[in-house]
Amino acid sequence: MIKRHPEPLLWMLFSAGGVLSGMLMPILVLLFGVAFPLGWLAAPSYEQILAVIGNPLTRLALFGLCVLSLFHWAHRFRHTLYDGLQIKHLNEVIALLSYGAAVVGSVMAAYLLWQVS
Amino acid sequence: MGGSHVYSDYHPRWLRRKLSTYWWLEKRAYVAFILREGSCMFVAWFVVYLLLLVNSVVGGPGSYARFLEWSATPWVLTLNIVSFLFIVYHAITFFVAAPQAMVVHIGHWRVPGVLVLAGHYVAWAAASVFVSWLLLGA
Amino acid sequence: MGSHIRLQVARYRPEQDSEITFDEHEVPCPKDWVVLDGLNHIKDRIDATLSYRWSCRMGICGSCGMTVNGEPKLTCATFLADYAPGPVRVEPLRNFPVIRDLIVDIGDFMQKLVRVKPWIVRQAEKPVAEGEYLQTPEELDEYKQYSMCINCMLCYAACPIYGLDPKFIGPAAIALAQRYNLDRRDEGASDRMAVLSEHDGIWGCTFVGQCTKVCPKHVDPAGAIQRYKLTAAVESMKSFFMPRGA
Repeated sequence: MIKRHPEPLLWMLFSAGGVLSGMLMPILVLLFGVAFPLGWLAAPSYEQILAVIGNPLTRLALFGLCVLSLFHWAHRFRHTLYDGLQIKHLNEVIALLSYGAAVVGSVMAAYLLWQVS
Repeated sequence: MGGSHVYSDYHPRWLRRKLSTYWWLEKRAYVAFILREGSCMFVAWFVVYLLLLVNSVVGGPGSYARFLEWSATPWVLTLNIVSFLFIVYHAITFFVAAPQAMVVHIGHWRVPGVLVLAGHYVAWAAASVFVSWLLLGA
Repeated sequence: MGSHIRLQVARYRPEQDSEITFDEHEVPCPKDWVVLDGLNHIKDRIDATLSYRWSCRMGICGSCGMTVNGEPKLTCATFLADYAPGPVRVEPLRNFPVIRDLIVDIGDFMQKLVRVKPWIVRQAEKPVAEGEYLQTPEELDEYKQYSMCINCMLCYAACPIYGLDPKFIGPAAIALAQRYNLDRRDEGASDRMAVLSEHDGIWGCTFVGQCTKVCPKHVDPAGAIQRYKLTAAVESMKSFFMPRGA
């Protein structure tokens, strides 16, 4: 009998988060983190960005990106602490804190994105 | 062969060498692996940054302008430049791993790994172009 | 390039040592000599007490795996001349308990191998009169790569996860399970899934990928593991949403 444990689901979230963050984040960091602040390109005006983020599809996509990226981080972070630093005795605590932080971040993302209207 | 290895598990005279805590520094491949895993920290940071951006938009034009100013301050800019490098490293290592992890069949034809990889890069380019168009063009 | 090369061989005598020490010997280095030839030279001509495993000396039996200058290698397939001017450091395979000198205990792997049922599992065997199971070349290609495993355990020596936690089932065991899972003649995939889906099964793997790098037969165990993660995850979702079976 296959003992039930959450690893398969967490791994799928990790994979999905990896793909989504890989596809979307590079351009977003390049624009909002580097190009706009350095003035290489003009940042969108307030009206423009409000129109983009206000769109429900954009908000849904952003929500998906944030949630899955957070779970991607949580899964990798927890495994790296376990393997890299060999903190075996705190395994459950670290797992709880990592995925817990991802859940908290997801709730905050939902709240913030809901407010854009 | 077979049977219990209970005695051998605790065989007193066998030498058991423990892996050092710094095992990941011993080989270039291990360092690259840990850097890849560490890139997830910058993914998480950028989620926070994105949410700060959204929050600033919610706060009105003044708060959005202040966010843009803040994003140009030296520490934030440096962090984001480093994040950009790590996030690109994350994307590349993730896509390169895809053909190994995913065997795609179309009917009976097994799609060559190089095409699976190319598909990822094409999707990446298309997504980047689309996002750029949303933010710069339209 | 000299005609000799220095070989530093690890020694461990359980009856008197508590640590590994190194003996140094000069061995001839003709261009066609491998590390195993060097070891045999030492044992035949210099020090008969050196202990190590070897057999086919042609890369098919999987017996002669050792750590050469920090890397897991088959000593029968590693040329001394490639390390000129030397020295060449030969140690027992990493991540396994050392019994003596260059010999490690592989009992852990043997146990794990049995657990994944590396044989064709069928509900009912075809009677001999009905002839053999036919298979197309495409069906063979699905699992052929994974059938190349010679159980040399270089992958276990390269895997930091196994080094940190010997309960991890490990690359070769999973690759061999896949060899049978992907074989059309096999009906044992669900038997193996119970073993592989455990916490120390496939889920211990973080895709470091060194196992695939060091494999002398190009089995790509890392690929086998990641593919199986997807299979197992999908099965897990199915069994969660449709507990009575699809």
